[in-house]
Amino acid sequence: MFELKSSCLAIVGLPLAAAMLAGFCGKVIGQRASHLATTFAVGLSFFLSLIVIKQFYTHEISPLNFTLYTWGQFGHTPFTIGFLIDQLTAVMMLIVTFVSWMVHIYSIGYMRDDPGYQRFFCYISLFTFGMLMLISANNFLQLFFGWEMVGLMSYLLIGFWFKKESAIVANLKAFIVNRVGDFGFLIGIAAVLYCFGTLDYRLVFEEVQNISKVELFQLPTGYTVSAITFICLCLFVGAMGKSAQVPLHVWLPDSMEGPTPISALIHAATMVTAGVFMIARLSPLFEYSELALNVILTIGTVTCFLMGLVGIVQNDIKRIIAYSTLSQLGYMMIAMGVSAYPIGIFHLVTHAFFKALLFLGAGSIIFALHHEQDIWKMGNLRKSLPITYYTMLVGSLALIGFPFFSGFYSKDLIIEAVKLSQLPCAKAAYYFVVGGVYITALYTFRLFFVVFHLKTDRDDIHVEPNSWVVEGPLVLLAIPSLVLGALFLRPLSENYFAHSLVIHPEHSGFQELMAASESPFFMALHGFTSLPFVLGLLGIITAWIGYVVRPKSAAWVQRRLGVIYYILKNQLGFDAFYRLVVVMATRTLGLFCWRWGDQWLIDGVGVNGTANTVKRLSQSLRKMQTGYLYHYAFVMIVGFLVLIAWLLLSVIV
Amino acid sequence: MIALSDYLTLSAILFGIGMAGIFINRKNVIILLMCIELILLAVSTNFVAFSRYLSDINGQVFVLFILTIAAAEAAIGLAILVVMFRQRNTINVEELDSLKG
Repeated sequence: MFELKSSCLAIVGLPLAAAMLAGFCGKVIGQRASHLATTFAVGLSFFLSLIVIKQFYTHEISPLNFTLYTWGQFGHTPFTIGFLIDQLTAVMMLIVTFVSWMVHIYSIGYMRDDPGYQRFFCYISLFTFGMLMLISANNFLQLFFGWEMVGLMSYLLIGFWFKKESAIVANLKAFIVNRVGDFGFLIGIAAVLYCFGTLDYRLVFEEVQNISKVELFQLPTGYTVSAITFICLCLFVGAMGKSAQVPLHVWLPDSMEGPTPISALIHAATMVTAGVFMIARLSPLFEYSELALNVILTIGTVTCFLMGLVGIVQNDIKRIIAYSTLSQLGYMMIAMGVSAYPIGIFHLVTHAFFKALLFLGAGSIIFALHHEQDIWKMGNLRKSLPITYYTMLVGSLALIGFPFFSGFYSKDLIIEAVKLSQLPCAKAAYYFVVGGVYITALYTFRLFFVVFHLKTDRDDIHVEPNSWVVEGPLVLLAIPSLVLGALFLRPLSENYFAHSLVIHPEHSGFQELMAASESPFFMALHGFTSLPFVLGLLGIITAWIGYVVRPKSAAWVQRRLGVIYYILKNQLGFDAFYRLVVVMATRTLGLFCWRWGDQWLIDGVGVNGTANTVKRLSQSLRKMQTGYLYHYAFVMIVGFLVLIAWLLLSVIV
Repeated sequence: MIALSDYLTLSAILFGIGMAGIFINRKNVIILLMCIELILLAVSTNFVAFSRYLSDINGQVFVLFILTIAAAEAAIGLAILVVMFRQRNTINVEELDSLKG
């Protein structure tokens, strides 16, 4: 008999146990045992999640919500470790464990000669554990625990090569930018506790209707902020940090300093989707705040469009894919914004596979070229890395949403959902979303053509063939990138997520869409005639002409649009703005507090000041102790006389 | 007939001399001890004078106690003196300043 509770604990616990083993006993048990233990544990988790999701699909089990342990009590609020396993969690578990498993296998080859081998496997297993805790939580506190855990692991893994200065800068940046988001997130959780008096999802969701009309405070302008809007906006700030939405996206491109498997696992497939997942999980809250949904839609649109533009001008292979990730996260946020949670999660799933594939493919190229990341130093690799070539082709086609590939189904549904949405911002968003398709195709195939097709006359590129542990995961990820979209479409049209995701009747326009898109084959056929397909094809053709047929034309365009190129090349000035304004202001404030607050006031006046005063006082007081007997006798007598005089005076007067 | 005031004057003078001796003397610890004796005697004179004047024998009893204590004190004082001389080779008051801050 399959037991959901124990298998859930096993799925979450196995990576933790393996991470402990590799982390604490790594030196004792050696490299081989470390990677075997962690890979085996995560693989087992994957197979268990596969069983779970299969059983959910066949309705053999119903969602489970249980509390494992109460570790604290604050007033009447218990702090618990609890798990909520439903269809949404099951899907997320499947992605996390599968991608993580692939990355484990891939890392065996990729990290082969690294001195921190055991540490690496400990970290990625621990990351898997943190992510699983995040998605299986049944209360906000555990969500926050998982949230911080993955943030910490991301920090440690970006700075995995801690002797490289740029890696240290990047991981610090990621951590600090995430801190900004987490600050909002924490305030959101505090507001939930304040308004609902509990942190348990179930209790909060039951109460939400009563709370939705409560006004929390009034702005000076007279606009009243409802409690639910405040909570949702604060939580969304957290999602902006973790899911790298404008303007808190700056850490993601820099996080590419970490090892490539990490970029695939954390910064493409799993961790960055935590914000999207969180909004989907808390859909009962977000559904009651029209304002928050509009904000999500707007931010998502801005991220999706602008980051795609920036991706066109990058030269580092991993950075291009990173900007593509930002853009795709924008698409997911857009889906969240128009309340199309199932579609957003659908895109999250398909994206996890093809983006992990693209990253691991990029890693395979980088590894084969001895850690060369500049696409202009590659070129014509089609013959030397055939498996990477074909799997990357699958990943790229999935990314641009080419019909029959997995990305097509999810992205097409998002575009249609935006079209049907009634939100005020949706009309404008639609044009950007459709325009985004062209941009996606352009930057994706720019990368693809330059790396694999561009004719180079240099023969100094020494390509080292990759081992099966590096190429195996590519193939295993290419298969879902190809077929998953079609497979997933049926459960989606059957309202697989009905239990987990709440959609307000006013926002549910897109649901007919899902019901109508039952047949993947006809949907894909129809896709050939739609506007996004034409735009996508146009993007590919532009890239083909610009980088293969007439390689000089791209440079010509670049010269003609010098200003735009300059702005895009500098990431739209976000980094410069943060460096000049935020960092400078913080530094100045910090220096001021250090110089005047700490050094002068606390150290100078407070601590040393007191000590110096006492010292000076006692310096003068000790002069009085001459040690001569006659001085003491004199003082004694004088004192005695004064005493007598005082006594006599008081008698006389 | 010698009046009470004469006795008191005498004892005040003795007390003053003793006091002055303690302040002014910068040379010898023995003189210090002698000055203390002198102060004690001045006080004793006061006691005896008042005892006679008030016809109260208690004052004279007190003096006997004081004399006893003074004798003991002188003995201890001289003993300390001897030890001090052995240790430091001097009984010069000016040099005895080890309590200096």
